[in-house]
Amino acid sequence: MTLEDAVKETKAYYCLECGKCSGLCPVSRYNPAYSPRVMVEDALLGLEDDLVHNRQLFSCLTCYACSPKCPADVDYPLFMQKSRALAAKDGQQGDCAHSGVLQSLMRLMASPNLKQKRLEWLSNGHRTSDQSNVLYFVGCAPYFDPIFEDTGVKSLDVARDSLKILNSLGIAPKVLPNERCCGHDLLWTGDTENFRRLAELNAAAIKEAGVKKIIFSCAECYRTFKKDYPNYVKIDCELQHISEFLSEKIEKGELSFKEIKKKLTYHDPCRLGRHLGIYEPPRRVIESIPGIELVEMKDNRAESLCCGTSAFTNCDSCSKQIRVERLLQAKATGAESIITCCPKCQIHFRCAMVNKGEVKGPDVEIEVVDLVSLVAQALGGKSSE
Amino acid sequence: MAEAEFEPQIVAFTCNWCSYAAADLAGTSRVSYPPNVRLIRVMCSGMVDPIFVLKSFEKGFDGVLIAGCHIGDCHYISGNIKAEERIGKLKSLIHTLGLGDERLRLEWISTAEGGKFAETIKELVGQLKQLGPSPLRKEVRA
Repeated sequence: MTLEDAVKETKAYYCLECGKCSGLCPVSRYNPAYSPRVMVEDALLGLEDDLVHNRQLFSCLTCYACSPKCPADVDYPLFMQKSRALAAKDGQQGDCAHSGVLQSLMRLMASPNLKQKRLEWLSNGHRTSDQSNVLYFVGCAPYFDPIFEDTGVKSLDVARDSLKILNSLGIAPKVLPNERCCGHDLLWTGDTENFRRLAELNAAAIKEAGVKKIIFSCAECYRTFKKDYPNYVKIDCELQHISEFLSEKIEKGELSFKEIKKKLTYHDPCRLGRHLGIYEPPRRVIESIPGIELVEMKDNRAESLCCGTSAFTNCDSCSKQIRVERLLQAKATGAESIITCCPKCQIHFRCAMVNKGEVKGPDVEIEVVDLVSLVAQALGGKSSE
Repeated sequence: MAEAEFEPQIVAFTCNWCSYAAADLAGTSRVSYPPNVRLIRVMCSGMVDPIFVLKSFEKGFDGVLIAGCHIGDCHYISGNIKAEERIGKLKSLIHTLGLGDERLRLEWISTAEGGKFAETIKELVGQLKQLGPSPLRKEVRA
């Protein structure tokens, strides 16, 4: 992979230098030093050295706010992915958030000899089965909880609630005892070597499990399996995000909910929304719960604002500002909570609320709830039982 | 070739004010302890970033020791309290990874406790020998 390949593959040579991308970019708005247009220009001028040593290379959120509007159809986020892989070969890593602990955990998981203990959150209340042909892909929730304890995030509850929902539909899914991180963050920070290892380990485990269908509750895992894994490994299964799955079940009338009287707004994770075009299923699921009033934020669906950090890289004051802007939009709707489908959106939003952002206190404080937790609540019973 | 016994490799982050001095005292007092440990002197146990520990495991070390002043004696007042909280969270990550949280150890060793330093290393080496090599060890040994 050379810079020329990256330019060809992402159609960057079609760039008209019109600057639409920079105008649309949420990062450029708060960080004047960052400009997608200039990045592409550097590549087209063959200034590979400038590109890979540019500190701003890792600022891009790869949120796809730019590419859909690009008149030349340049796949800018993919161009970033490829450029970062070049930068990683040169030893550049960007500024990893949390001093790189998460990336390190992912690299550790890429080791084939590891026998993890990642299913200790399962309790007697959850039914899983080794014979099932449906797999529930848990994601990195077992690792998130200790790291982000101080934000009050409970990623594992999302896994517990997902199982609860599947169980109530009569499905006891399989869960992998030695599941690896999907590798999303490593891929988007340029560590393609370890990404390949993780993909191969997961693919082997899934093949051995002999399942026909995989259900995801994490938007990032889903995107990675659907769009990135095919370039590295073969996964012979139907893939579905739990919001799509629930939306189908609701249409068939297989799910009935108790009333929840609440005014809610929905935040589109960029991995689920712009990356995969899944806007309506989560909304259908929310609206099918009686008593819920769903209100939209100023920017929604394809225009959705990103939560401000991607792949736990370059989380800085600009990311905080993007988050605050999004939280203020949510507050402006008068909703009591934000519903989202991505554990990381939830982590980042909560972090902005407890942390030292510019805007503090009740102005930005709002409950952030995962879609599956809402659905589990509507099915009755307490969350995470 | 005769089969060599597995010798664990340990990296120890020792604080400048207590534990590093304790290691020094163990040396000057001629207290012997196994040579399996690589000492890294840090100014305070509270400055041991979680990434130092995870990187050590990434590099294939079998065990990591963090040693600092006793609670209440920290040269920087509360650095070791922060270390305790951090290492607690790290232990649960190491456990979930399936490395066995015995591989990570936090110990308070004061300047005067050269003997305790030597004992800690002995104990840890013994434990790691029972546990076997880290699954991340680069060179696979017979």
